[in-house]
Amino acid sequence: MESTQSTESKIIELQPFTDEMIVNMGPQHPSTHGVLRLELRLDGEVVREAIPHIGYLHRCFEKHSENLSYPQIIPFTDRMDYVAAMNQNWGFCLAVEKLMEADEEKEFAIPERAEYLRVLICELNRIASHLLSFGTYGMDLGAFTPFLYAFRDRERLLLLFEKVCGARLTYNYIRIGGVSEIIPMEPGSIDEQNFLDEIEEFLDYFEPQIDEYNDLLTSNSIFSERTVGVAVMSAEMALSYGATGPNLRGSGVDWDLRRDEPYSIYDRFDFDVPVAEDIPELGAVVGDCWSRYKIRMDEMKESVSICRQILAEGLPDGPVMAELKAVRPPKGELYFRSEAPRGELGFYIVSDGTPKPVRVKGRSPCFSALSALQELSQGLMVADIIAIIGSIDIVMGEVDR
Amino acid sequence: MNLEEIYQVLKDKFGESVLLLDTELSGDHSIHISPAAIVEISTFLLETETLAFDTLMCLSGVDLSAKDEEFAVVYHLYSMNHRHKVVLKTPLPKSNPQLPSVSHIWKTADWHEREAYDLYGIVFEGHTDLRRLLLPDDWEGYPLRKDYEEPDFYRGMRVPY
Repeated sequence: MESTQSTESKIIELQPFTDEMIVNMGPQHPSTHGVLRLELRLDGEVVREAIPHIGYLHRCFEKHSENLSYPQIIPFTDRMDYVAAMNQNWGFCLAVEKLMEADEEKEFAIPERAEYLRVLICELNRIASHLLSFGTYGMDLGAFTPFLYAFRDRERLLLLFEKVCGARLTYNYIRIGGVSEIIPMEPGSIDEQNFLDEIEEFLDYFEPQIDEYNDLLTSNSIFSERTVGVAVMSAEMALSYGATGPNLRGSGVDWDLRRDEPYSIYDRFDFDVPVAEDIPELGAVVGDCWSRYKIRMDEMKESVSICRQILAEGLPDGPVMAELKAVRPPKGELYFRSEAPRGELGFYIVSDGTPKPVRVKGRSPCFSALSALQELSQGLMVADIIAIIGSIDIVMGEVDR
Repeated sequence: MNLEEIYQVLKDKFGESVLLLDTELSGDHSIHISPAAIVEISTFLLETETLAFDTLMCLSGVDLSAKDEEFAVVYHLYSMNHRHKVVLKTPLPKSNPQLPSVSHIWKTADWHEREAYDLYGIVFEGHTDLRRLLLPDDWEGYPLRKDYEEPDFYRGMRVPY
């Protein structure tokens, strides 16, 4: 506390501020979405400063990668964002494939069937990831029921993933050149038909559920009181901090890599990109916690739509792996980014022409978004910190790598 | 603008600080610049209307080999308006890896620079809060350097497994 007494005039000024207090939130707080420690400098209940301390889940992904061959790195990407591991596999494989394509002598094409399976599975994974985000956000803010609903539905997706690759969380399904064949699914076979039917059944069940969840949580007045107008991130701020994905679109920037820099076969599908708008009747403004959350709810519908388009076309015949003699990208380097559920997932790969990379850098969307927390939380209440963390939807495995 | 045009604009404006246009390797091509000029060049890239590089996608430290005398810091920039990208590379001597920070230009550089400091020991001058980010504060050495040797013990715990 600063001294406000003047010895000369002996006037004691009114000092409305109490002593500042340093409080550690975490590292194992249920609402920090992993192992995150926040050093909060509090003035009463007002946050003067919130300093994130990260690294509790650091597993040296980048160092490990330098000692492994490219296919061996894929399981490590699973452990980055473990709630959307399919998308992480894909991001890495895309980067390696692009670098290999840069070598003009070696031509290879990803089989159509693999591309369709990749998009289908990754969009389902996006739904699973957003469901987790929705459920835990409700729980962070004191609503336990949405969590149970979300996990009930997510469970069905995990069972589907188990059917294609045998794993529920860390898949190692998408491989360089195609997808894994560990559980064979012949084109046109009864297995394939059952699998696709099961997805369709899920989509038919799930699409109306989204509206129910919106009734349950999105328009719930207790929930909106906690999130509407809280921690507004302007578009400039979001761009400067490198916030991407739903966080960027929540700030009103119309940007989606699947549409604006189409990779794989995303240019063949019709889907909207939800962008936040002011909603006067609710009081929501572009860039607040509620907008960021709402983008994810809307995106689930778009993912359902993409999956339906694939099911309508059916999976093409053919192999699921390209014929590759060896995964050995040419001497060179490449940065490739893809749209993971949490935003722009980039991999920067430097190759010297050997089967092992010289450098792999994972550019994590949560890492950049979390760095905005310090500025976002200034002057807010302690309870708002919880609302911000849930709304930027971080997974610490990806932040720390 | 494509990379050659951006290179020409930078070369005309900054002369010798822009070292070369690297098109030898496969994949992304890059513009090599001298580390001392990184702040001026970054500010120019952000503020010139025809360039308008408003996002720093990625900032990485690179150590190619233990035999090399140099590190590199690589900046991947993107312009949302013009939808063009550029890769900047700054060579740094391993004996004294220092260069000015760009964290006041793109705020995302704040944590990325701390990460590069943490794992490579590259010092970003003018960074307001250059502490270790991912590793514990009392960790010795910089693990992503190619000549790094891991310690046998850290606070009584065995490190190699």
